[in-house]
Amino acid sequence: MNAFGYQFAPLWTDWLVYFLVFSGIGFFLYARRHEHLARPWRQVVRRPLAMSAALVLLVYIAIGLADSIHLQKQRVIANSDAVIFSSEKISLLDIVLTTLRVQEEKTYSAPFAIQSYAKETIELPDGGIVREFPRLVYGGIHLDQASDKTADIVAKTIRAIAESVAIFVLLIVILNFFLARYYQNSFGRQLNLLKLGDADLPWRSLLLMGFVLTLVGLVLIRLAPYYHVLGTDKVGKDVLYLSLKSIRTGLVIGSLTTLFVLPFALSLGIMAGYFRGRVDDVIQYLYTTLSSIPGVLLIAASVLMIDVYIQNNAEQFATIADRADARLLFLCLILGITGWVGLCRLLRGEALKLREIDYIQASQAFGVSHTRILSRHILPNVMHIILITLVLDFSGLVLAEAVLSYIGVGVDPSMISWGNMINGARLEMAREPVVWWSLVAAFIFMFLLVLCANLFADSVRDAFDPRAY
Amino acid sequence: MLAYIIRRLLYAIPILIGVNLITFALFFVVNTPDDVARVHLGDKYLNEEAVANWKAARGYDKPLIYNPGASGFDKFQQTIFFEKSAKLFVFDFGAADDGRDIGYDIRQRMWPSLAIAIPSLIIGLLINVTVAMMLAFFRASYIDIVGVIAGVTLMSISSMFYIIGGQYLISKSLHLVPISGYDEGLSAIKFLVLPIIVGLIGGIGSGTRWYRTIFLEEINRDYVRTARAKGLFESIVLFKHVLKNAMIPILTGVVVILPILFMGSLVTESFFGIPGLGSYVIDAIQAQDFAIVRAMVFLGSVLYIVGLILTDISYTLVDPRVRLS
Amino acid sequence: MDAKVTTANAIEQQEVLLRVDNLKTQFHTSRGILRAVDGISFEVRKGETFALLGESGCGKSMTALSIMRLVPQPVGRIVEGSVNIGDTDLLQLSEVDMRAMRGGRIAMIFQEPQSSLNPVLTVGDQIIESVLCHTSLKRAQAKARVLELLDAVGIPDPARRYKEYPHQLSGGMKQRVMIAIALAGEPELLIADEPTTALDVTIQAQVLELLNDLQRQTGMAMLFITHDLGVVSNIADRIAVMYAGQIVEQAARDDFFGSPRHPYTRKLFESLPRANKRDESLAVIEGNVPSLFTQFSGCRFVDRCDYAWNACHQSVPRWLGDEESGVRCHRFDETVDQSDNEPVEKTSQVKTQVSPSGAIILDVDMLKVHFPIQKGLLKRTVGHVKAVDGVSLKIAEGRTLALVGESGCGKTTVGKGILQLLKPTSGKVDFNNQDLVTLDKKTMRGLRSDIQIIFQDPYSSMNPRMMVKDIIAEGMIAQKTVATRAERDSRIDELLEQVGLPVDSKQRYPHEFSGGQRQRICIARALAVKPKLIICDEPTSALDVSVQAQILNLLKELQQTHGLAYLFITHDLSVVEYLAHDVAVMYLGRIVEHGPVNTVFNKPAHPYTEALLSAAPTLDDESQRDIIRLEGDLPSPATPPSGCYFNPRCPKVMDECRRVYPNKVELNSAHSVCCHLH
Repeated sequence: MNAFGYQFAPLWTDWLVYFLVFSGIGFFLYARRHEHLARPWRQVVRRPLAMSAALVLLVYIAIGLADSIHLQKQRVIANSDAVIFSSEKISLLDIVLTTLRVQEEKTYSAPFAIQSYAKETIELPDGGIVREFPRLVYGGIHLDQASDKTADIVAKTIRAIAESVAIFVLLIVILNFFLARYYQNSFGRQLNLLKLGDADLPWRSLLLMGFVLTLVGLVLIRLAPYYHVLGTDKVGKDVLYLSLKSIRTGLVIGSLTTLFVLPFALSLGIMAGYFRGRVDDVIQYLYTTLSSIPGVLLIAASVLMIDVYIQNNAEQFATIADRADARLLFLCLILGITGWVGLCRLLRGEALKLREIDYIQASQAFGVSHTRILSRHILPNVMHIILITLVLDFSGLVLAEAVLSYIGVGVDPSMISWGNMINGARLEMAREPVVWWSLVAAFIFMFLLVLCANLFADSVRDAFDPRAY
Repeated sequence: MLAYIIRRLLYAIPILIGVNLITFALFFVVNTPDDVARVHLGDKYLNEEAVANWKAARGYDKPLIYNPGASGFDKFQQTIFFEKSAKLFVFDFGAADDGRDIGYDIRQRMWPSLAIAIPSLIIGLLINVTVAMMLAFFRASYIDIVGVIAGVTLMSISSMFYIIGGQYLISKSLHLVPISGYDEGLSAIKFLVLPIIVGLIGGIGSGTRWYRTIFLEEINRDYVRTARAKGLFESIVLFKHVLKNAMIPILTGVVVILPILFMGSLVTESFFGIPGLGSYVIDAIQAQDFAIVRAMVFLGSVLYIVGLILTDISYTLVDPRVRLS
Repeated sequence: MDAKVTTANAIEQQEVLLRVDNLKTQFHTSRGILRAVDGISFEVRKGETFALLGESGCGKSMTALSIMRLVPQPVGRIVEGSVNIGDTDLLQLSEVDMRAMRGGRIAMIFQEPQSSLNPVLTVGDQIIESVLCHTSLKRAQAKARVLELLDAVGIPDPARRYKEYPHQLSGGMKQRVMIAIALAGEPELLIADEPTTALDVTIQAQVLELLNDLQRQTGMAMLFITHDLGVVSNIADRIAVMYAGQIVEQAARDDFFGSPRHPYTRKLFESLPRANKRDESLAVIEGNVPSLFTQFSGCRFVDRCDYAWNACHQSVPRWLGDEESGVRCHRFDETVDQSDNEPVEKTSQVKTQVSPSGAIILDVDMLKVHFPIQKGLLKRTVGHVKAVDGVSLKIAEGRTLALVGESGCGKTTVGKGILQLLKPTSGKVDFNNQDLVTLDKKTMRGLRSDIQIIFQDPYSSMNPRMMVKDIIAEGMIAQKTVATRAERDSRIDELLEQVGLPVDSKQRYPHEFSGGQRQRICIARALAVKPKLIICDEPTSALDVSVQAQILNLLKELQQTHGLAYLFITHDLSVVEYLAHDVAVMYLGRIVEHGPVNTVFNKPAHPYTEALLSAAPTLDDESQRDIIRLEGDLPSPATPPSGCYFNPRCPKVMDECRRVYPNKVELNSAHSVCCHLH
């Protein structure tokens, strides 16, 4: 791909993210055709809270995906026809957020500030020297006077609100039009039904949540080019940009880890439960040993060792981004290795129960082979456990990233993540006035993701857990 | 009983050997001592001699598992595996990279860790069980729904937010207790209050949620119906019949983490500057002191296995259906 | 039972204790409103036993829970009606007053003694709780009272049992403890919800006798809920039959058994398997109980009724009769036009019969399946559970051998041992002169199409994630009995037709079928590979009587058309009488008696067989029957008693029995027994 002067240059984790997306789509198509999977999903889809949470998650995922398409920019070299690409890899999201990315200040500045956080020594034209808060290089630069700020912000916000209301109304009309056609109702009647919330899907909640999201999005779009809405960090980077970039890191950790958890947990778990005997003994020994090492310590030890490896083999990594990416991938692998035990234990227990159940015995009485019994009978009947565990684990992993990065065994310090943002900002709590915005931004972005993931996971568990029947 | 405990301890041996092998592979096979030395020395002082000195000073200059240069048992004893890994079995942790005795440090630092962990555990258990019981009592009412949503919200907040928020609010704004630090004896209390409170708030969401599920599972059982059919008060049904059954998974879940409490909490201790084992590990990680990390990994595993054994024993104490065989 | 007859008149004059009037209990679920109890009325008088009879899901347990006001919250709700004890309407009482009623004037015992007792409280604790709650006794006196109660319910050594936990007691003992709890408040009314369903026949006989005795001593009334006609005829004074949330017939015991009126009741009687129906197929009630989610506009039984005519579809039948007796059916209603009422005669078609050659196809010799009890780090074997301990039996082509025994006697293990699903410890399983025990895996795999199995629980015997056609096809694919997909598809259609299911069932999932239909699918699955022998492991015991008859008929018909041999594992003697040619009685891993059904049932040679036969409740005249009560429970197969395994419970025990296990004695060429009496 070589369009618009860019070349497609995915990182390792990008490939895995694509793989995950395609498996997700594949699973969706598979579930559609299988009643036992489709039925619980329909139940999830009917829940307003779950669907609102899912909508927020979708926004996060969209941002994360845009940040997972990495490109190299073509460099124009004078007097040469050779096409050379910059070694710097930037993502689609970076390109969209170019304004935010390049508008770097010198150091901290508060949200919506037009002056720097720190005093600087400024030479006056007359040769005198004063210490004062200098104007920011980008924040509020369009204002003639500092006192215009409030009016300007209010005006821009009102405009955003008006736009989002317009979009909201348009959305209702379009949706209602299609719904009316689908249910063969008149437009007015369908609108009434929509208002009452009487439908197969919680359209009302979805629309409201959609409105809130559009509103927030538009306000940011209107304001962010002119102000640092969430302030800037120590080296002057826009905090909103950092928070958005962190989304990918959080999502990758939460989801790629499952990619490493699944093969171990699934194969070993159901094999231990089904075959019992020596196979079971060996697998049980394996996971008891692994789980007896406290998780954080095992992760810490592994990451420390991989650090040493990376430092000793620096030549293998072309760019800092590549190195950070390798470390991210490795972190997922380690989290996977320490995390598979729980699921494996669950699956083993379930397989132990299933192997005694009559339909497995009936298959054995037909002389059906073990592999076929495992794949046709055991696997489909533990699917719900896998699904529940994976969605429940997701939020825990996102939170874990922050803690690990704080301890120093998380993602690479050069990688933008909520953990690194918190770690970088927490020391500034002692300053006066307090530099709170980086922390608060990171916590809020993380909290929203985790909360929505938890709410969604709860609905999935309720729908899939057979005890609920 | 004694025979059972001994048997369980024997079970632990192959697991500890496994743990030992894993840590050995992790620390000495993935990267050789040479690699580690190079990282420690940095580019500036890097030469063959410096590496050799660095290794010799810390006892890493021997072969990994087999020493052909030595004689007799020394072929195995004069090795890194024997010196650094096998000795862990007798709790000989050796010296840290900066020369301090790890065993001594651990003995010193476990007390502050326990001073935070034990009160947090006990008070947390009481609060969480009470709240969960209340939610179960009012199940499917608004109190329950609000409680569950509050629980999900609380557990969606990063533990570090509670710590930083607590420090900012209680220490920095209200000046009630010091932000961080530690002291000997009773004067330690003012340093402990905040970490404990923060720990409680951080754990209440997931704790009550988990216990509530256990209670609700018990409430749907047949014996509860029998108890109601006897004409007992709902409170007696809950607090005598349900609680007694629910306490089995709750207590055994607590027992399993009891020994691990010695290890302290990494994040809390480091934020509050408590000189416990948690911050010991963090310091070691930041200083890339592998000897300490290795010792703590082994110690953690031993404590976990002790926890498992205690769990089995506690089952037999609280659950009449389980008898030691 | 003659005590019952004489008291019947006395009860006539007794005053009414419990009056239920137009009770309606509903469940509000995500699928809609489930009308579990839909307007039922009845009366129970002081000192009488009133039986509420019905199939599973008809709302009889919910009626009991509604009386106790213990309907599961928050989904369940009593929406209408009244429940009076004496002059008090229970539904109007405050929760506090209602609590005094529960366990006080009304007590209840449940079906599953296993789960109905709190596992972590001692037996004494659980009884004393009730005593303290409903009497003014002090703790010390209360304890004495508990011991008294334990003694009264026939628990030996009460002082020791007082301190024990439920798991240390057997199922029968647990139910006795439940009864003791119920008696603690000296109730006027005891509600017994299927109290013996989870118990073996010999234990059931003990518990029923105990309830009878207690009633005679205390004069309490009993509301007895059950699905078992035999139990009802044993214990009830008056009977009400429930169907789909309503009472359809009510009568005094003798009238009820003498001349049942409602078509449903009559069919229930006809569908009971009995020896005298051996040569005919059982009457069946077609179809299934309607879903209680439906709003009925006619009679609830209409779709399954042989007599139904237009009126039955159009209007809901009213109650014809009084509080004493009556029926809910248009046939007895003079106000309904009976002119176009013509019973539909159902003709059964005659199928071609295969005459069996009589050759022995399965010959099991001294089969043993022992499970090692392992201990310690190295899994040392410290003992064996001798689940099957030397079983020999023969089955001829086209014949049915019933393997009868109580739960835990090892009969299911025999089935799995024959199929090699469990590896036998020793012994021979000759199938068509090939010893299955010593066969290599590959040859065994090839032979698997010849022996198939049908399980007890129709809910767990099919993978819920597979469509019916895949379930049936599985065996054909594994055994490669058909070459092409088209052939397989047509075979599936043929099989579904054979077991009486519509062909479009194959595109559906198991959960869409009722228990009886599922069992048909299981039969189709087994038939798919054209077996010669089918091991039927209690295939009807999870089904209602009306459905059971359908399955028994089907099995019988298939045997005749395909020449199948059955090993029919069951605890239900009436099924044996109806279906089997030969019977083998099993006790604690060994066969104690073996012979043709007629001989064994008419002249049982082993005391255990005799006791089993007498303990099984039947509809036949009870007065001449002498029930042999067996004391105690089945011992553990890990530590069987010395000598004859049956000696601790045997009423005819001799010295010799305690020393040596009796040898097999051939009474005649077909009938053998292991007993020192012979």
